Amino acid sequence: MTVSASTGSHSTGTQATGNPANLQSGPRTTAETKVSSGNVTAFTGSEARAPRDSRPLRLITCGSVDDGKSTLIGRLLWDTKAVKEDQAATLARDSSGKQNDLGLPDFALLLDGLQAEREQGITIDVAYRYFATENRSFIVADTPGHEQYTRNMATGASTADLAILLVDARVGLLEQTRRHATIATLMGIRQFVLAVNKIDLTGYDRARFDAISHDFRELALSLGVRQVTAIPVSALKGENVVYDGSASMPWYDGPTLVEVLELATVRSGQTTGFRLPVQRVSRPGESFRGYQGTVAGGSVKPGDSVVILPSGMVANVTKIVTFDLVRNAAVAGDAITLVLDRQVDVSRGDMIVAIDSQPQTGVAFDAQIVALQPDGIQPNKRYWLKSGSRRQRVSVEPVSQLDLKSGKWGPSDALSMNAIGKVHLAFDEQAMFDAYEQNRTTGAFILIDPDTNNTVAGGMITGKRSSLGGIHTEETRVLLSLPADLADRILASDLVAGRRDELEVRRISAARAQDLLDSLDG
Amino acid sequence: MSLTLPETELHNPQSARPPLDPHLKALENEAIHIFREVAGEFEKPVMLYSVGKDSAVLLHLARKAFYPGRVPFPLLHVNTGWKFAEMIAFRDEIVKRYDLDLIEHINPRGAAENVTPFTHGSALYTDIMKTEALRQALDAGGFDAAFGGARRDEEASRAKERIYSFRTPDHRWDPRNQRPELWNVYNGMIRKGESVRAFPLSNWTEVDIWRYIQAEEIPIVPLYFAAERPVVERDGMMILAEDPRLELQPGEAKRQERIRFRTLGCFPLTGAIRSSATTLTDIIAELETATVSERQGRAIDRDQSGSMEKKKREGYF
Repeated sequence: MTVSASTGSHSTGTQATGNPANLQSGPRTTAETKVSSGNVTAFTGSEARAPRDSRPLRLITCGSVDDGKSTLIGRLLWDTKAVKEDQAATLARDSSGKQNDLGLPDFALLLDGLQAEREQGITIDVAYRYFATENRSFIVADTPGHEQYTRNMATGASTADLAILLVDARVGLLEQTRRHATIATLMGIRQFVLAVNKIDLTGYDRARFDAISHDFRELALSLGVRQVTAIPVSALKGENVVYDGSASMPWYDGPTLVEVLELATVRSGQTTGFRLPVQRVSRPGESFRGYQGTVAGGSVKPGDSVVILPSGMVANVTKIVTFDLVRNAAVAGDAITLVLDRQVDVSRGDMIVAIDSQPQTGVAFDAQIVALQPDGIQPNKRYWLKSGSRRQRVSVEPVSQLDLKSGKWGPSDALSMNAIGKVHLAFDEQAMFDAYEQNRTTGAFILIDPDTNNTVAGGMITGKRSSLGGIHTEETRVLLSLPADLADRILASDLVAGRRDELEVRRISAARAQDLLDSLDG
Repeated sequence: MSLTLPETELHNPQSARPPLDPHLKALENEAIHIFREVAGEFEKPVMLYSVGKDSAVLLHLARKAFYPGRVPFPLLHVNTGWKFAEMIAFRDEIVKRYDLDLIEHINPRGAAENVTPFTHGSALYTDIMKTEALRQALDAGGFDAAFGGARRDEEASRAKERIYSFRTPDHRWDPRNQRPELWNVYNGMIRKGESVRAFPLSNWTEVDIWRYIQAEEIPIVPLYFAAERPVVERDGMMILAEDPRLELQPGEAKRQERIRFRTLGCFPLTGAIRSSATTLTDIIAELETATVSERQGRAIDRDQSGSMEKKKREGYF
């Protein structure tokens, strides 16, 4: 499937208002059209576009204005015909004199929807864009590359399956590239596309492209991401975005950006057993009682044994009800109504889970959070935590913060806006989570400030925190006070290594240890 | 009347349809999730029902979300008195067929001050008969959440709106100060008087709407299908010339055209398109090759640059 780039062959559509009554007036013609199957008339018959055989791919674009991010997204929308002529006409009117030398309108105007942004010339928030090819549809989270990028990027990345990282071919990787890749990884994205943009301005320098791709692969590997595709791109000229750029870059025989996106996987990533956060109890009459929610992991079928958390009651699934039919199975993503075989107490915020694969329950968890508001996260302040349909009180104790420059964690007891930190969560009542690594739904939460009702953080559970002294769990714990060298030898043993995550180790002075032990005795 | 369905009827006879493709299924699941979340979290939700194709999809999804129960909130139709007659007939039929609670509200100023799209201009008319009327109806009902059928692909300012869109007690939207929205965890915490507009169709595109209508056989107003209809050309738009209140101006003449509507609103402000699309398949095929957006036929979006954002800030849906 080789199609050469069709630079500048679009009309800007200013004639669209001339004949507003005719939908099919002045079809936009391109020399070589690929996205609409190459032949516009193919659709004028009774044959509509074939059903899409996959879920929409959600992606995030990371990069700054200087890297040409707006141009790249604009190019994707333009070349897939997601921009219609009247929109282009509005664009042309607003951007009078700002067209580039290829006769294309200023794409940033198309993207920066809000008036305030247009006036200030900056992007201030997350916007969502939609485009589709014959094979798939795409949802792009478009986030600003500069101010408050952590906050906005985290928001956009939370739902994304893939991240496009954009760099200027003349400049190569920047510190911000590392930041963006780090945040994307933290939010659970495991597929990267590196778009080496403005490759035309390097004279299509292959060595330059190879060097940048190599550097990026190293960076991605250091973050644990193996699925990386690097593409030399000219967003302005439309090369290797939707149309291939082999005319200018015969040395590149890899896929175009859109081809990579078409083949990318949507995150399944829910490696846990069955999870159903209960949103609502449906009782339309005396004889029917169903639990409504969206399956957040695993699958379920009639006959399965389930546990209701936090109560721990056990029941069996009798029916999976949906509007269309009584189903014989449901999988992650399905919005269902579950009927159980016995009267159990279930309410909104509970979770119905597989009996043989349960999430962790407890009152203390460890998590990583991104602080989203100017007030940051105050140590030990009590917030509302919402995860799935469950909302409960929690106090948050920051313990360390990520330095995005170096990628290293350092101690911290408060987190300001845009900071990424590790925190201890302490709940009043039982909480249940999976690790975010295992489940991007049951491991994710937001924090809400009870004073303002605003969303102040997004968080990802790393694991259950075993409490010192067995205060919150029934297991017996032993506190030891040891000389440091002996402790080191014990910690180095195989026995400990195998159960390292069950240990709490603090290095403190002998006097402090004595105080602590005394206080326990008292 | 018992709302309980006999066991046998849990199997919906409509299930003879082939299953949805994964793309539409994902959009449907997301919308149902939002419906249930709002219904579970808010005291008094209401669903804005404009009788158009997006409302038709919204209603269908609401019925699915709460099946086998009834839709647990009323529908609100903000009427202006200038809707297409076929829309009103269709609305009344749907309300009856699906056993829905409908609240209809018309701003009393319309009649009292004789506010019409002809006398007041589209901007002022829309402000009074739609934006102000909506605020009146929401206040009167004391609703703390209102579902709307807006899609992010419709218009630039919508692209940045959250799925839970927070409103102040006077219904204002502050686009620069929206709550961050991560994953599918929605923050529904509000104070008394504040409210949330919830948009289950945020991630749908126009083509998705039509493909879903086709796949699910959802009834829609016949005006969406092409037919010979009387029209008159005004301000660069072809408007339907059926209502006796439409007075022809000098130089204007009624003529028959084979037309349909891509969106439906107030008939004097909604432009028709020439089309021969008489089936859903035709409409989808037409859309695939369309070169203009659906809102192109809406006079109110073109009043001024950034006009939708301005209206939204003031409380328009």
